[in-house]
Amino acid sequence: MSARENKQSASKNKPKARRTLEISDIEALALGAWILGTGGGGDPYHKLLNMRELYKNGHSVDLIDPMSLDDDAVVGVLSNMGAPLVGQERLADPHFAIKPVKMMERYIGRKFDAVMALEIGGGNGVHPMLVAALSGYPVVDADTMGRAYPEAQMTSVAVSRLQCFPLTLADIRDNEIIIPRAASWKWMERISRKVCTEIGSIAATCKAPRSGREVKDHTIHYTTTKAIELGYAVQEARRNHHDPVAAIIKACSGHFLFEGKVVDVERKATEGFLRGKALIQGLSNYADQEFLVHFQNEFSVGYLNGDAIVMTPDLICVLDTVSGDGIGTDVLRYGQRVSVLALPGPEIFRTQAGLDAVGPRAFGFDLDYECIFDKV
Amino acid sequence: MRIGIDVGGTNTDAVLIEGEDIIASCKTATTDEINDGIETALKNLVTSHPASCKKVEAVMIGTTHFVNAVVQRRHLNKVATIRIGLPASASLYPMVDWPEDLRDLVNGDIYMVEGGHEYDGRPLMPLDEKELHRIAQNIKKSGISAVAISSIFSPLTDACEKRAEEILLNEDPSFRISVSNKFGRIGLLERESVTILNASLQDLSESTVDAFEKAIKRSGINAPLFITQNDGTVTKSDIARDTPVFAFASGPTNSMRGAAFLSGIENAMVVDIGGTTSDVGCIRNGYPREANNVVEIGGVRTLFRMPDVVSIGIGGGTIVKSDPLKIGPESVGHRLQQKARIFGGDQLTLTDIAVASNDLELGDPALVSEISKQKVSQIKEAVNTILEQTVDSMKTDNAEIPLLVVGGGAMLCPKEMDGISDVINVMHADVANAVGAAMAQISGEVDRVFNDMTRDDLLLEATQIATQRAMAAGADEDTIRVVDMEDLPLAYIPGNAVRARVRVVGDITR
Repeated sequence: MSARENKQSASKNKPKARRTLEISDIEALALGAWILGTGGGGDPYHKLLNMRELYKNGHSVDLIDPMSLDDDAVVGVLSNMGAPLVGQERLADPHFAIKPVKMMERYIGRKFDAVMALEIGGGNGVHPMLVAALSGYPVVDADTMGRAYPEAQMTSVAVSRLQCFPLTLADIRDNEIIIPRAASWKWMERISRKVCTEIGSIAATCKAPRSGREVKDHTIHYTTTKAIELGYAVQEARRNHHDPVAAIIKACSGHFLFEGKVVDVERKATEGFLRGKALIQGLSNYADQEFLVHFQNEFSVGYLNGDAIVMTPDLICVLDTVSGDGIGTDVLRYGQRVSVLALPGPEIFRTQAGLDAVGPRAFGFDLDYECIFDKV
Repeated sequence: MRIGIDVGGTNTDAVLIEGEDIIASCKTATTDEINDGIETALKNLVTSHPASCKKVEAVMIGTTHFVNAVVQRRHLNKVATIRIGLPASASLYPMVDWPEDLRDLVNGDIYMVEGGHEYDGRPLMPLDEKELHRIAQNIKKSGISAVAISSIFSPLTDACEKRAEEILLNEDPSFRISVSNKFGRIGLLERESVTILNASLQDLSESTVDAFEKAIKRSGINAPLFITQNDGTVTKSDIARDTPVFAFASGPTNSMRGAAFLSGIENAMVVDIGGTTSDVGCIRNGYPREANNVVEIGGVRTLFRMPDVVSIGIGGGTIVKSDPLKIGPESVGHRLQQKARIFGGDQLTLTDIAVASNDLELGDPALVSEISKQKVSQIKEAVNTILEQTVDSMKTDNAEIPLLVVGGGAMLCPKEMDGISDVINVMHADVANAVGAAMAQISGEVDRVFNDMTRDDLLLEATQIATQRAMAAGADEDTIRVVDMEDLPLAYIPGNAVRARVRVVGDITR
């Protein structure tokens, strides 16, 4: 399938300008976001628990169409930053998530009109929902990655060379940090990472605010709806004892790559990332074949019988063959029966500027990007 | 000389073991008052082998009593929970993801206090001791005596939990306190949940262990009591009394350990085929491999030291349906004698298929003679495939290893499997659980983050901590060996942070 067709199918599913999400939508979002996390982005479980509590107490979240924003609207781009391990002890908390939003509003001297996710993949896909439920701001049906990526310069707004500052970070203690200026997205990544480490390797952040015009022109649209629909498709397949993996392919116009069993996993932490590779031995239709998948927090490049057939920015999803659940790169292990899929990546990452930021070379592979959806 | 006892849902099995030999075994029905069944089993052994029973050095009991209490919501006491770590983690309060009925039953009161630590051991906030004094008085006033204390990053440093425990005991020495650093790893919610479950089992644990001791005494045996643990080891009854959650998964663990002992094989896959299900696991160095992921107990997510076991609906009583062919998961269960075809019943079960294919002599083979050879082999083929796939998915690497088969449905297992070097039917397979209990050892474990150390140094330090813990639990220092060692460098975290997990085991000090 070509990129254009993908865009069409997204706009065909275009949601209403504004709708109130049910808690079942949030449950589906958590499931879908974990799949779109392509192995990284962190398990959304704690954020889902918070949303269940908020909904129980009468809070709710409205989702709005990015195209309905006024050009001069101001949107907060939110994410949680830090080490997943720390998040296992210092649990996600909406009252903490909202702090950098208030800080940013004080700093820029006006209220936000809406908030949105930095990345739809993993726990950060649910993160703005916590703030929205508490503050009443609507969430824009969009993000800046269409998936999960490890670094700040790997976003649609960075590729579009939009301004990278200011940025606010909050600590659970009474520490507030504002980075009013940074020389580049990479500098913003370096400086904010240091601050984050000092306050315990976990921080709630509000990235450089975006105008309504910028959101309309430079973010990835309808990814929240996409994740929700994906979650529902998996739930429905499970309920009807259908194949959840097939349901994911249908929901996302994906491409089935391989089915097999994990026979070797090599992992090491270097330069602040979890890097490694997993070897999958073929089963059923793929018997006697093998698939090797590399990762840097997220899956980056996949080799079928030695040939690089799929690579970032296309999404590479390694899923539990039976349940269709995403499998994190930190919990891949021998014996898991997995299916490997490719889902189309956002168009902007397939431009030259996009590939410079997130193409295979940005992850250290001496490969020219070939889109798997052009080949099949 | 040791006695091993397995208190299961249906039967209480006991074996008397000298060195490596099984001297005697006996099976009795499990009774509502579980000490009665144990007393009956022990008296049987004493009557038949009076001289040997005088030389018994230890009685080791495995029981599913505590896990059943949680699953069935029975005999649980109220718990006062203290969490140290404000202002972090405030929105997800203790027990937030528990099933409501269980939370209502167990929750006495929840107190949240400032304190806790960072991932690198720095304090998160100073511990609010004044507040802890006030809480101690409140709990005392409420009349609740079981207390669970958790603190952020306590597996890294237990300072806050220790201080809180002191303050509480100062207020009232009769508080029964469970602190979270004893009950698990990184993962606050899951570790805390286990700590609360442990506190909720204090009444039952005390009365059960007392009943076990009484049963031993009444039977005339003079030996200390040990309770078998999730990981295939045992712990002294006085420690077991305080930590009932560690006995949750002793059933499958004991059967795997028993299979290892009875076969003399320490590295193998194990399948325990019962009436309704088959449990497939893996033993490494004689111990079950532990599950890596979240394990749910009665609807509560935990990060237990639990054997990695997969249960599938294949057993002697499994019902076979035709057109289209469907095997299980329904089972006639303990009504095999009424329901199966070979006993004149109307349900086709896998036991009938075993009889029809001459793998088993039971009941009246004439009653299954009309089933076509083709159909029998088709069904056997399907069962083989399910078992083979399950066993293969549980293997830890690609090498061929043996498969040990235990349980009453052992005849259902194919004689050959892909990836399996040998399919071994184990002798005395029906009392493998009790044998596993009798052969258990004592373990010590450490799992935490080490900063700025070389790999060799940190593994050495971890091993020393684990060894000290094993000795504190009653292990003989000379027999202690490492059975599991794992280190994981932590992404994102500076200062060469490495999470290391080391487990050692040793024989019981004589």
